[in-house]
Amino acid sequence: MAQANSKQQSRGGIQLPPGLTDEDLLDLYGTMVLSRAIDERVWMLNRQGKAALVASAQGHEAAQLGTLWALRKHAPEFFCFAYYRDLALWVGQGLSARDVLLGYTAKEGEPISGARQFPMHGAAMRLKVMNLSNVVAAHVTHAVGWALASKLRNQVNVAACFFGDGAASQGEVHESMNFAAVQRLPVVFFVENNRYAISLPIRKQMAIERVAQRAQAYGMPGVTVDGTDVLAVYGAAAEAVQRAVKGGGPSLVEFDVERYLPHTSDDDDSRYRDRAEVEAGRLRDPLKRLQEWLSRSGVLTDEHDAALRRQAKREVDEATEYAEAAPYPDAGDLLEHVHAPR
Amino acid sequence: MPVITYREAVTQALTEALDSDERVFIMGEDVGGYGGSYAVTKGMLAKYGPKRIRETPIAESVFVGAGAGAAMAGLKPVVEIMTINFSILAMDQIVNHAAKVRYMSGGQLSSGVIMRTVTGGGAGLAATHSQSLEPWYAHVPGIWVVTPATPYDALGLLREAFTKDDPVLFSEHALIYRLRGEVPEEHYTVPFGQAAISRRGSDVTLVAYSRMVHVALDAAQMLANQGVEAEVIDLRTLRPLDMETVFQSVRKTNRVAVVEEAWRTGGFAAEIASQIQEACFDYLDGPVARIGGEDVPQPYAINLERATIPDAKKVVNELAKVIGLKVTA
Ligand SMILES: Cc1ncc(C[n+]2csc(CCOP(=O)(O)OP(=O)(O)O)c2C)c(N)n1
Ligand SMILES: [Mg+2]
Repeated sequence: MAQANSKQQSRGGIQLPPGLTDEDLLDLYGTMVLSRAIDERVWMLNRQGKAALVASAQGHEAAQLGTLWALRKHAPEFFCFAYYRDLALWVGQGLSARDVLLGYTAKEGEPISGARQFPMHGAAMRLKVMNLSNVVAAHVTHAVGWALASKLRNQVNVAACFFGDGAASQGEVHESMNFAAVQRLPVVFFVENNRYAISLPIRKQMAIERVAQRAQAYGMPGVTVDGTDVLAVYGAAAEAVQRAVKGGGPSLVEFDVERYLPHTSDDDDSRYRDRAEVEAGRLRDPLKRLQEWLSRSGVLTDEHDAALRRQAKREVDEATEYAEAAPYPDAGDLLEHVHAPR
Repeated sequence: MPVITYREAVTQALTEALDSDERVFIMGEDVGGYGGSYAVTKGMLAKYGPKRIRETPIAESVFVGAGAGAAMAGLKPVVEIMTINFSILAMDQIVNHAAKVRYMSGGQLSSGVIMRTVTGGGAGLAATHSQSLEPWYAHVPGIWVVTPATPYDALGLLREAFTKDDPVLFSEHALIYRLRGEVPEEHYTVPFGQAAISRRGSDVTLVAYSRMVHVALDAAQMLANQGVEAEVIDLRTLRPLDMETVFQSVRKTNRVAVVEEAWRTGGFAAEIASQIQEACFDYLDGPVARIGGEDVPQPYAINLERATIPDAKKVVNELAKVIGLKVTA
């Protein structure tokens, strides 16, 4: 945990949250560039028939990375319970382009499930991320259990749980929030609200404006922030994480984000989404927003930006080549890991 | 005779019911403008309107439970559970409630909700999206479990489902929606509890349901090339279960294998094998073979997934191994 800077600094007329440095911002930006490059590549490979089903994180990256930086700065220990749209989160925690590409091609050496589960599904204990199942909302209960274990052990290990607006309709989410609030568990519920559950628009999912409005009913704080604005995300996440760390119990932080692409590569969103709406959403590009702000404030030079993008492309190219050449997993191990050795 | 797809057969039965019975409505995730995850309800929202084609939040427990409740109130709901894997979220509603409403009310109430869902693997969707869980539900008294393998049966069995006052789990296999088949112009239904003989033969009986019927038919072709004539029986419904057709066949062929996609351990084939040995012990020339999915969560990588689902080769190999038939795949 880094020491928070006592004095706040201003960048491009915007106050930096305490504790966040220029290096952090550049690091975060570089991660976002890499995540976007991987994301665009797997989508393209899918279109060429070379990569499996993709759920793109494009438009959600600032929400994931701003949260991650807040966790790093403010939680002594944490664990991320991700969902399928959290590529940037994984990349932020160190999943490499090669690892991701091995997942999308389901090849030998895929590190998070051994190519047993969907791409971007599995666990990396080393990276403190798991996204085991693609049964919507199931993992929310696990995050609560993780936080419960942390409390029972008198540790401060914050469970960061990510899910979509659609998932918020599941009974398990309501049960989890109530349970966590009653027991004041160190868990934060991060809702990446892109206003769609596959084809279902938000007004058909809930009769209120914001998922965060529910927080009060469970007895926890809830806020909604612009999830394309890294600083707003960081600020809201940091507050919630600090609350969890101090024993103040759970919080709900909702990010207003955009889903740039169809639900998955199998989906055709023109059947239910107006093009103008999609185009308008794309104007809220978290990557561009961060890039422009960092350039304006003199933190990011054009040369540095170009170098980051070149580096990301190189990594993704190498990863693609490697994954395409890699063999499929050995079928001899098919029945391994069904049960523990003892 | 018209030729339609399995998907069109399901759509047709739903359309007929919506047209002829105003108690019928459909609800589930993405069933509206989107037309359902497997495009079965395509165009229905435009035709029947949002009152009868109802899009729900992602909340299986409530929309299945509400379906059961609306059925108790006298309507005829069809709920679409996107895949059978998510039926688990509604399992309390299905098993503890829909299935028991009639019994627990001493016959006063019934809950004839039709639960359409999609089963099976083979589409590269891994452990939580590829399961064949019908045997779980067939274990439960009070609910009918329907597993059509052809367009003819999909249409006939779903029509029949609308005549029932008990809950029906109608399980469509993901990989055969495009399968084409003849259906008669004139109205027909397929009664529950009546197996079909999909192929006649005298040397060995292959019992199957859902997509495995086609695997059994492929295996029968391989066997025929080696001079062995297999009889293929399609159970069509797991509850009620027609064992009489199976027994008659076994008494003729004296050899039998049951093929299913569900996990082999504790699968439905175990039930069938057990009933066969009780009723046909003296007729059997060898053990009843059970051919099922490998006992492993369905893996994602395509080569691994293929190794877990029975195919014709595996059927033939097992017949050689378990029953001692002189055949090779
Ligand atoms: C229990 C369950 N029901 C349905 C599905 C099918 N499904 C997968 S993703 C999804 C939509 C989820 O929407 P949201 O939570 O808003 O996440 P987003 O994809 O928009 O990021 C649905 C209905 C599922 N995987 N699990
Ligand atoms: Mg959403």
